[in-house]
Amino acid sequence: MVIEKRWKTWVFFYIPLAVFVVGTLFPFYWMLITAIRPDAELYRSWRAATNTPFWTLQPTLEHFRDLMAKTTFPRWLWNTFFIAVASTLISLFCGLLAGYALARLRFPMAGTLGTSIFVTYLVPPTLLFIPLADIIRNFQLGNTPWALILTYPTFLIPFCTWLLMGYFKTIPKELEECARIDGATRFGAMTRIIFPIAVPGILSAGIFAFTLSWNEFIYALVFLSSPERKTVPVGVVSELIRGDIYFWGQLMAGALLGSIPVALVYSFFVEYYVTGLTGSVKG
Amino acid sequence: MAQVMMKDLNKKYDEVHAVKDVNLHIRDKEFVVLVGPSGCGKSTTLRMVAGLEEITSGEITIGDRIVNDLPPKDRDIAMVFQNYALYPHMTVYDNMAFGLKMRKFPKPEIQKRVQDAAEILGIQELLKRKPRQLSGGQRQRVAVGRAIVRHPQVFLFDEPLSNLDAKLRVQMRVELKRLHDRLETTAVYVTHDQVEAMTLGDRVVVMKDGWIQQVGEPLDLYSRPANKFVAGFIGSPAMNFIDVSLSDAGGLWAEGQGLRVKVAPAHATRLSAYKGQKVTLGLRPEDLRVASGGDPAEYTIDAVVDVVEPLGSEILLDLRAGQTTLVARVEPAVRAKVHETIKFALVPDRARFFDTKTELAI
Repeated sequence: MVIEKRWKTWVFFYIPLAVFVVGTLFPFYWMLITAIRPDAELYRSWRAATNTPFWTLQPTLEHFRDLMAKTTFPRWLWNTFFIAVASTLISLFCGLLAGYALARLRFPMAGTLGTSIFVTYLVPPTLLFIPLADIIRNFQLGNTPWALILTYPTFLIPFCTWLLMGYFKTIPKELEECARIDGATRFGAMTRIIFPIAVPGILSAGIFAFTLSWNEFIYALVFLSSPERKTVPVGVVSELIRGDIYFWGQLMAGALLGSIPVALVYSFFVEYYVTGLTGSVKG
Repeated sequence: MAQVMMKDLNKKYDEVHAVKDVNLHIRDKEFVVLVGPSGCGKSTTLRMVAGLEEITSGEITIGDRIVNDLPPKDRDIAMVFQNYALYPHMTVYDNMAFGLKMRKFPKPEIQKRVQDAAEILGIQELLKRKPRQLSGGQRQRVAVGRAIVRHPQVFLFDEPLSNLDAKLRVQMRVELKRLHDRLETTAVYVTHDQVEAMTLGDRVVVMKDGWIQQVGEPLDLYSRPANKFVAGFIGSPAMNFIDVSLSDAGGLWAEGQGLRVKVAPAHATRLSAYKGQKVTLGLRPEDLRVASGGDPAEYTIDAVVDVVEPLGSEILLDLRAGQTTLVARVEPAVRAKVHETIKFALVPDRARFFDTKTELAI
């Protein structure tokens, strides 16, 4: 029985898992290997006898050096960071209050409001950027970080609200009722009891919002024009592809550096993140 | 001075009328239990006293203040919840100190009060733990401790023992009663368990469908239920009900569902108005005993034993008599076998009669 089960675990578990892991990680590996490959190897013909597409024997940091020296990459990195943090904070603040209200307070049309907030999340940004561009121009915010800090929340707030609303609903309402009897106001009960308990949910909403704004492309492409104001995803693509020339090494170095902060954030908070999404409160 | 008065209290949700015209005067230092089946409005009533539910109409007074518009924190009450509602991110000490901290008590005073409460409840060594490291009974104690540190005017309990196992529940029940005797604070206690209600309450309020059915001392409710619902709800196993009609044949006789017994002279005058009409006869299980030779035949019933439930201190017999089923509670010495026919004598004075239409006691 045990032996029969073993091949089953291999066929239905280990092999699919291996395929999945390799499939997921290979692009990152490719990114890394391209970033440290010298130009001579990069632009060698695939049919050359010395071609080694999956590894390199002369790793180099020259692409990173070029990226830092010849482009405004550090500046992009800072722009992206600033915009992502600011829009995440705004969205978390609104999402916390809105999520709490939708989960806890009884008011007319609460259900409809909840659904319509979710629907706004479903409007594709590729449609939304047209009217938003008009608004940004009217407020003369074009080509400033505020153009993004104020437009990212249009999709981040609905997202945070929904995630946090779901999380708040898993917290027994007796906890805050008890706090209110113990002497707290509704607001006090919310900030002293509910928010500390909801930390996993708040963190995962924050991480998600941060990642979404870090990686956002279309608004950043439309609303920012001067090279030193750009974010990493847009900067890398628009400044390192000139016509039909791809600066592969620098492109990949930029992509690599750009994905490190997100990876770090995830790995630090992964535990919280999982409890946040599955919504388990230990009593 | 902390009496609680409810005057014409009503609660309506969108379509549901949960609490209907509740009038109740809970005296200072009294332990009052609200009991009833789920959905009877007992919890809603308690939550209105706590200020967690808006009052649709009516008035609630705690002490000498009308509290209708006061937020929960200003009502000087403490509440223990069914799921304990301990703050999971705080230690036991902080849980108990929270209410005092919110009220800006000085630190030494907080420390002293928490220590005192912990001592009373025997949880001193748990103060540094988090709620998730505690057993159900310990959590229950912490929840009670959190309520008593504040020295509130009124304690509110919302089914506090329902999540405990049977043995612990009995133990905590006794402790709560002892605690109440010691603290002498007014308490309102909600439960669906009539045993808890009977054992804890100075007075018991039986509710059903939002209406108060009867208010009284536990033994009064048991021996003089105001209606058929209270009669059936209080007491376990429940009272036996037999639909009968009254006829006059040398004294008043109750006859129906294949049974025929005489009405005791003590009830006869009150029942004479119902002659020829349908009434419901109620018999407590302990008022049916195995007949001996000396019992008068007009107060006996022949019944077939269906199920024997030996409980040690007593035996419950499920019986078939006529077209109805009865439960009798008999001495453990009785050796009854299944399918055996036994003659039971009833205690005629203790029989209860209810109007079949209005269900009110006659």
